[in-house]
Amino acid sequence: MTGPDIADLADLTIAEAGTGLRSGDFTSTDLLAAVTKRASATEAHLHAYLTLDHEGSTRAAEAADASFAVGEDRGPLQGIPVALKDNMCTLGIETTASSKILDGWIPPYDATIVTRLKAAGAVITGKTNLDEFAMGSSTENSAYGPTRNPWNTDRVPGGSSGGSAAVTAVGSALGSFGSDTGGSIRQPAALTGLVGMKPTYGIVSRYGLIAFASSLDQIGPFSRTVEDSVLLLETISGFDPKDATSINAPVPNFGGSLGRGVSGMRIGVVTEFLNGDVIDSQIIAATRGMADKLQDAGAEIVEVSLPSTEYSLSAYYLIAPAECSSNLARFDGVRYGHRSNVEGTTEDMMSHSRAEGFGPEVIRRILLGTYALSAGYYDAFYGQAQRVRTLVRREFASAYEQVDALISPTTPTTAFAIGEKSDDPIAMYYSDLCTIPSNLAGDPAISVPIALDDAGLPIGFQVMAPALGEEVMYRVAAYVERLAGFTARASLATSEVVAP
Amino acid sequence: MPVEIDIVKVAALARLALTEEELDTFGSQLGDILEHAERVQALPTDGVPPTSHPLPMVNAFREDVTAECLDRESFLRSAPDTAGGQFRVPRILA
Repeated sequence: MTGPDIADLADLTIAEAGTGLRSGDFTSTDLLAAVTKRASATEAHLHAYLTLDHEGSTRAAEAADASFAVGEDRGPLQGIPVALKDNMCTLGIETTASSKILDGWIPPYDATIVTRLKAAGAVITGKTNLDEFAMGSSTENSAYGPTRNPWNTDRVPGGSSGGSAAVTAVGSALGSFGSDTGGSIRQPAALTGLVGMKPTYGIVSRYGLIAFASSLDQIGPFSRTVEDSVLLLETISGFDPKDATSINAPVPNFGGSLGRGVSGMRIGVVTEFLNGDVIDSQIIAATRGMADKLQDAGAEIVEVSLPSTEYSLSAYYLIAPAECSSNLARFDGVRYGHRSNVEGTTEDMMSHSRAEGFGPEVIRRILLGTYALSAGYYDAFYGQAQRVRTLVRREFASAYEQVDALISPTTPTTAFAIGEKSDDPIAMYYSDLCTIPSNLAGDPAISVPIALDDAGLPIGFQVMAPALGEEVMYRVAAYVERLAGFTARASLATSEVVAP
Repeated sequence: MPVEIDIVKVAALARLALTEEELDTFGSQLGDILEHAERVQALPTDGVPPTSHPLPMVNAFREDVTAECLDRESFLRSAPDTAGGQFRVPRILA
């Protein structure tokens, strides 16, 4: 290798790494060595990976190098090391969704996102930790132990995609993928100083994503820059006949307006998410400060009220558990996963397998969903939540008749302490206050880091756009990124790390 | 007011064999969570249709053509118990 020192390669963006690979400054094998070295130095502090696929990633990096050598180019992710949340099925590689009930399960097929990444020549480093079945906001609900925040290891990285956030924040992958049901990409991105994006529902295939709440779940990327986010999303998007909810239409040009600035745009600040009773004052100040900068840059900023978003959290905590109780019925000890040794009938076996295999948060949500769907309560709880979902969608639709995009904080607080909310489910649920409405509406939304708080922890800024409005969303996000000039890195990514 | 629920019945419907202690804990937590969730009932929704899904689509059809599927062995390999190429379970009747 003739380029920069190999220790630095883990700090490149995907766009920079792509340039270096194509100009022959270094190889994909060099990149993989750099991120693997970073993982060796940081994993003991973070516990972000559940599985590192050394063999598969080495083979993929060598294949990418062979492609570059003969001038074959399958796109911007060729030769780039990326990580996957462990709720995406990988052929031959253990996939647990961080649950004991799937301990040791080896999927017999690849999720569509994995098929696409492999076809694009990406190098899949491994599988990352999550809250069990993606239920949580801190990655503390993993059956394999929590992941820690690389900015401060006494803090949570957010969740449920906390492992995917931590690896990209620290450089043990150049980018990663998570799933977002109520904020599980954007919230951990905000808490770890990354760009995290939830696409329009139906743009990315869910085939092979272990289902939590099917009408809300979407796969999306974590990256250090907005440009990288576009490169990651482009590679995984598009119609898939294996997912009945996949949109059968050409993929929008996500990055088409990245350099256009915001002059002449109308952008709405969501009033309800600037409420000091529920949002930290430093976050409100940073959000207002960025709104002012956008105004100075030529955007027209207006306040937009979305009153039914106040009911979004309540509606979400009926809809998501209802869908989860149905989706997780498949874990019954018959076809895969844990089977109890308790003697009895098949039904006894199922009930004990489930009680032994699921962790407390998953059990809580299955019970909640079962109740909300049960005879006599269905209409008052689940039915009413679905009608509130219609009201939320209508409010967003009418807001987008007035403005091109909406902005708000991503989270009510910056990274909180490990253990701080783990005994208080309701306090934990409030972490997703600002992110849930976009899931209910099915719209795209992104979190961009804009500042650090007094404790040196990152603050995320959310940009929301109408369905299939990724181009507008990325246009605003790219300009927010430029105005913020956020270059700080997690302390674990920059310090000489020693094993504990 | 926390919502009163018959936690024993709900756990049975969910096929979860919980201990007495777990039933107590989850029952009281669920009551508190439902007290919050119940707020959705404060919003007037007369005549508002429910949204079950964010996309304006009804059915997704595919061409009726034969395609490759995964072989039986690859699925049976991860099953807890099999016999004669099928999944095996304990007795069905008590």
